Amino acid sequence: MSIKEYRTASEVRGGLILVRDTPGVAFGDRVRISDGRGGTRDGQVIRASNEEVMILVFEGTDDLDLEAVWVRFLDEPVEIALSPEILGREFNGLGEPRDGRPPILSNIRRAVGGSAINPAARSYPREFIQTGISTIDGLNSLVRGQKLPIFSGSGLPHNRLAAQIVRQAKLKDEDSSFSIVFAAMGVSYADAKFFRDEFASSGVLRNVVMFVNLADDPPVERLTLPRTALTVAEYLAYDLDRHVLVVMTDMTYYAEALREVATAKGDVPARKGYPGYLYSDLAEIYERCGRIHERHGSITMMPVVSMPSDDITHPIPDLTGYITEGQIVLSRELQNQGIYPPVHISPSLSRLMKDGIGKDDTREDHPKVAAQLYALYARALETRNLASIIGADELSERDRRYLKFADDFDQRFVGQGEAEDRSIEATLNLAWELMSAFPRDSLTRLSETELAKYYQGND
Amino acid sequence: MMSERNNLGFIREINGPIVTIDLPGIRSGEQVKIGELGLVGEVISLNGREATVQTYESTDGVRPGEPAEGLGWPLSVELGPGLLGGIFDGIQRPLEKIALQSGDYIRRGLSLPGLDREREWEFEPNPELEPGKQIGPGTVLGTVQETETVLHKILVPPGLEGELTELAPNGDYAIEATIGHLRDRHGHSHRLKLFQRWPVRKPRPYLRRDDGISPLITGQRVIDSFFPQLKGGKGAVPGPFGAGKTVVQQQIARWSNADIVIYVGCGERGNELVDVLESFPQLEDPYTGRKLMEKTLLVANTSNMPVVAREASIYVGLTMAEYYRDMGYDVVMLADSTSRWAEALREVSGRLGQMPVEEGYPAYLSSRLAAVYERAGRVETYDAGPGSVTLIGAVSPPGGDFSEPVTSHTKDIIETFWALSKELADARHYPSIDWVTSFSAHVHAAAEWWHKEVDRRWEARRTQALALLARDAELSRIVNLVGPEALSDAQRWQLEGASLIKEGVLQQSALDEVDTFCSPQKQFALLDLALSIYDKGMTLIELGVPVSHLQDLPQLAKVRRCKSIYNSDQVASITDLGREIEDAFETIRLQYAKQHSDD
Ligand SMILES: Nc1ncnc2c1ncn2[C@@H]1O[C@H](COP(=O)(O)OP(=O)(O)O)[C@@H](O)[C@H]1O
Ligand SMILES: [Mg+2]
Repeated sequence: MSIKEYRTASEVRGGLILVRDTPGVAFGDRVRISDGRGGTRDGQVIRASNEEVMILVFEGTDDLDLEAVWVRFLDEPVEIALSPEILGREFNGLGEPRDGRPPILSNIRRAVGGSAINPAARSYPREFIQTGISTIDGLNSLVRGQKLPIFSGSGLPHNRLAAQIVRQAKLKDEDSSFSIVFAAMGVSYADAKFFRDEFASSGVLRNVVMFVNLADDPPVERLTLPRTALTVAEYLAYDLDRHVLVVMTDMTYYAEALREVATAKGDVPARKGYPGYLYSDLAEIYERCGRIHERHGSITMMPVVSMPSDDITHPIPDLTGYITEGQIVLSRELQNQGIYPPVHISPSLSRLMKDGIGKDDTREDHPKVAAQLYALYARALETRNLASIIGADELSERDRRYLKFADDFDQRFVGQGEAEDRSIEATLNLAWELMSAFPRDSLTRLSETELAKYYQGND
Repeated sequence: MMSERNNLGFIREINGPIVTIDLPGIRSGEQVKIGELGLVGEVISLNGREATVQTYESTDGVRPGEPAEGLGWPLSVELGPGLLGGIFDGIQRPLEKIALQSGDYIRRGLSLPGLDREREWEFEPNPELEPGKQIGPGTVLGTVQETETVLHKILVPPGLEGELTELAPNGDYAIEATIGHLRDRHGHSHRLKLFQRWPVRKPRPYLRRDDGISPLITGQRVIDSFFPQLKGGKGAVPGPFGAGKTVVQQQIARWSNADIVIYVGCGERGNELVDVLESFPQLEDPYTGRKLMEKTLLVANTSNMPVVAREASIYVGLTMAEYYRDMGYDVVMLADSTSRWAEALREVSGRLGQMPVEEGYPAYLSSRLAAVYERAGRVETYDAGPGSVTLIGAVSPPGGDFSEPVTSHTKDIIETFWALSKELADARHYPSIDWVTSFSAHVHAAAEWWHKEVDRRWEARRTQALALLARDAELSRIVNLVGPEALSDAQRWQLEGASLIKEGVLQQSALDEVDTFCSPQKQFALLDLALSIYDKGMTLIELGVPVSHLQDLPQLAKVRRCKSIYNSDQVASITDLGREIEDAFETIRLQYAKQHSDD
């Protein structure tokens, strides 16, 4: 089919162009816009009729002169070329090289929009990934094929934590390592460099594909970036049989870009100006992760979501938590006490932990140890709260034990070195050591058998 | 296929899932095939020759000018043997067959019927029927053993009435085979088959509505013993993410004493449906001893699947639920989550430019919600005795804020409200059903059942436990103001009693093999155990026994663990433990009395 070109742009506003009299343009198709001064931009049809089409311009619409604009409909969806050569490369949100090397040439081209995995084709994720981090492995275990975001805030060490996980993540008793797909949206140059250096120094760069859109790059491109990155992840997982770990940072900037475009389109806002479809839109991204029957590869996802004003009820972390299979929540309070990684376990959760741990996967006492630690810590936090009101001296002996536990737990279980890679056994043993400060009878979440085997207290 | 009516038109505009077509004569609600791909959609409004269509699949690549074809019927489902054990998408396409045809990802434009055309079923005609008999809607023509546990009754479809002229003998038939003929009063003859179609947005008729009488036993203590639900009732489980809505629903799907379970995954996670698909064929139904999957069917429109089919999925599920109800079964339908359904409504209304009233939701949100829940109920069927549909919806309030539109409208409609609390969930108190904000309008009706079947003291014990929990909240407030030293021994024992209720009765892990299901008898035994100890301890404290003396008893740990030690068949051991503790208390009392007389 011949490529159609039009000069009938009639309106430009906030990342959108309207073009008149363009019969037969397909919804969702890719568009090339020339600004009349030798520059081109990319776009996508987001509303189509014969009288008028609406185009989302990825590079934004700043400085576009309506009179000079030419629009070309490319008659294809937004696609990316795929080959094994893609490993070790760096691209922008449209899959164009950012590393100064030539574009990927391949017959395999896939639309980045993807389509929904048939739930009947999925298989349930159950393989425990050891990250070497106690609060994750012990209490919020990650499994292969899970989407587990890090909820963070500005100035908190989510990048360092994500990098540590990338370095240390492995399957127990298996050295098959992960291929990494790294998607950066709206992050600073320094943050992107941090990851690039990390990958280089840990020697995994050959196994990483990076997609980068910096804070000063066009925001609209952030809308395709995670989709492009996931199309690559799917290729690596299901064509090349690799286990892929997708790190995406920062989903908050992604959602803000979506809001920007939605506002320009005049979409009805739901909460805080975000469109009602933000949930479905995020789900289209997050649900591309998982395990599929009879496929060797898998996609595990760790998105970073910064919580505006540290507010977990803000629409972005909120909707994310409604879609992902748990969340790891970082706390400013722990950070201020100098504890790394400052994981606040109470609001943290791994929904897929139950099938990945226990007798055949980690150790038989793991499920109940996690339940017991949670119960003790919840009570300990209440006690700490009480102590801050009435003073620690007023506490009973029982309560003082909880107070001490809260401190030990924060310092020794939560806190660990950035290079410290704890085995799951080490994590569980440490848990028993801490729990053994309590009388045996108060550990009612544990079974008598487990207590007989592991309890180290003196009664 | 083309009929006399001009069924062919063309596409004017594509705006995401909303497509405007030019097709004069099309009716509101009619199904439409869109574009070269043949995507299916539904007419939601008419304006002159133009119709607005919501499509159940993504419209990427569709162009203005492509054809649009009216199909002549509204969104309907197929009802007949072969539904159970299956997983369907939001418009009843069988997902397992789709996987065979289109692989791991769902291709667009596939049209597959809900029921298998090839498979044959052994039909056993109703011995009470013979040619010449008058039959009407709901008359049981015969039966098919659909699964080992479920006998599928073949019903005369609503709207058909007249004389049975022919009924097939026992034999194997595919669902499209004719198994009988009916002549209506105009003399027209109608073929009767093993299956029928029904438009999903229209409730199926019944003889009359009845009140619910017996509780839906779920095996979950905080539900059955504290906030019971009746068969035929409507309930909601609101809660922030991670609070346990899905686990509550899955536990009910697993362990409730319903005959049929319909689990609708509406805009939620794919893996949660896989969890059901992989585990139910292994799990045993505690009532029949058969595999759970034999009485279960799934409707799946996960969060990444097209949003318009998500709106339809609830009606598709409900219609299948009503169909089994019409056979005289107690059906429970779980909808996870009704908020995603409401959001689908909002998205379509937004694209249509309708005026939003609250948080972007259209003004008709509350009436649509009420109409959905109204399809639950216990009814007298035409020919199969009483049947019921219990509808339990999860609600996912943004930010966990229960004052938002979907939660607050739902609260006005339902009879049972299991409010999940983030605080409880964060402390890993599961199920995190908050005993202060939850309610059930069914307590008195349920009490009749409990008093007759389990124990006459049920209602009194329930009330006592709730009062003790309320007292606990009060005392905790005092402690937070002035410290624990200010409490008397009796008050401390109240705190201990409440803690026994919380840990020994209310907390119930879905992951605990022994405790995941708890029979009504065991439920009452545990409740009675905790409260008897509390009562007995209180009498000792009134005699002057110091509270620390009681708190140090090793048996209290056993009370907390008891639920996981003894299963539902070992209720006697729980009673024995109660006696053992009573003896221990008696020993203390005697010692104490002796000390005092020695002084
Ligand atoms: N009754 C329960 N027993 C044990 N764990 C539970 C229970 N309820 C919830 N959980 C835990 O909480 C997690 C989140 O529950 P889920 O039902 O998925 O939450 P929601 O649907 O409200 O987001 C589960 O993965 C599980 O770990
Ligand atoms: Mg859920």
